[in-house]
Amino acid sequence: MIALIIRDVRLGIRSGGSGLIGVLFFLSVVAVTPFAIGPDLNLLAQIGPAILWIGALLASLLGLDRLFQIDLEDGSLDVLVLARHDQPLALTVFSKCVAHWLITGLPLVIAAPLFGILLNMPLEATAATTATLLMGTPAITFIGAMGASVTATLPRGGLLVSVIVLPFVIPVLIFGVQAALGATLAGVPFMQPFLFLCATTLFFCVLGPLSAGYALRQLEG
Amino acid sequence: MLIGAMKWDDMRLVVEDLYVSRGGRTIFEGVRFELARGQGLIVTGPNGAGKSTLLRAIAGFLPLDRGSVSVLPNADPVWVHAHFLNTFNAMKTALTVAENLSFHQQFTGAAALGVEDALERVGLLHVLDNRFGDLSTGQRRRVALARLLLNHRPIWLIDEPTTGLDKASEATFARILAEHLNGDGLVVAATHLPIDVPGVKSLRFEEAPV
Repeated sequence: MIALIIRDVRLGIRSGGSGLIGVLFFLSVVAVTPFAIGPDLNLLAQIGPAILWIGALLASLLGLDRLFQIDLEDGSLDVLVLARHDQPLALTVFSKCVAHWLITGLPLVIAAPLFGILLNMPLEATAATTATLLMGTPAITFIGAMGASVTATLPRGGLLVSVIVLPFVIPVLIFGVQAALGATLAGVPFMQPFLFLCATTLFFCVLGPLSAGYALRQLEG
Repeated sequence: MLIGAMKWDDMRLVVEDLYVSRGGRTIFEGVRFELARGQGLIVTGPNGAGKSTLLRAIAGFLPLDRGSVSVLPNADPVWVHAHFLNTFNAMKTALTVAENLSFHQQFTGAAALGVEDALERVGLLHVLDNRFGDLSTGQRRRVALARLLLNHRPIWLIDEPTTGLDKASEATFARILAEHLNGDGLVVAATHLPIDVPGVKSLRFEEAPV
């Protein structure tokens, strides 16, 4: 399990790009929004958490389709599936998700406070949004694993993964943005939606690997 | 967890009345054989005859329409005891040979030979720190074969192991296979390579059914 995480993280760093491209995409979504909304600083600060969340959400959908495809293409998926007696497939998928999040999700969380400045967000709002992203983006990866596992054999599965994954991600988005807003708006709670967000992540960190593992076992190829 | 490393003298791989179809087309039917320790089966036949499908079915990757594959005496599924080498090499081109192999050793469990020893057996110790992607086709295949030596797995299922190998490497591979059989291993291989070991059976697939 640890060996798989180390291998995938090393691979992500060595073959380069995937994490950085996500951050760049995130940056372009955040940078474009003010042009569309107009130079209203108060409005930007108000909707800042939502923009950061949408940007991070779209950016984390980017590389998801490759999650299992790279292993399918070079034959290592057979090894991972065959070893399921010693390494349960759900644990294998979980490890792959952890590695994937470390490479693509964590950079987004780290970049979020900087992008908050671009949106004229107050300090508390930026901190709260970053905290919700930290807790929420893993859920996107775990949900994405479900989509990635059923589309692994499709040559152009990227868009399909996004379409499959987006409906399941809506609760994450709602609780994430609500908690982030709760940090600044009076009368809106922070803790409640934040805890719901954490619960959603915990829920999908079990359901995602289990169902993705099941799907991978059914893959013919 | 260490069942794969246990020594069972009466371990047998039993394939009974195997029938596999895909998309309504029969790939093969009525395949049956039994291998005891130290026995191998060489599967030959033209392209498209279903050799790879047979190996994948035995390894448990494909749904069986009929028949069964099990490892006696405990009726374990095959994957508990098997190494599977498909036509790809299961290595990451961006990582070094040593990184690739040590990952497989840690992941699969029941460690046997060390990474360096396994590489030495295929005559590639000098590429230990090279990127896998920088190796030639034949070298890649030999590194993939070295993976089988890293973990104790009595049953080897190998698909076209000698693709891209030169004569000398083919001999090396035949020797490794013979040693595995002499060490009470079981082998099912789809290959054209004659393996000069007593106890090797052969199964020939004829022309693909249309």
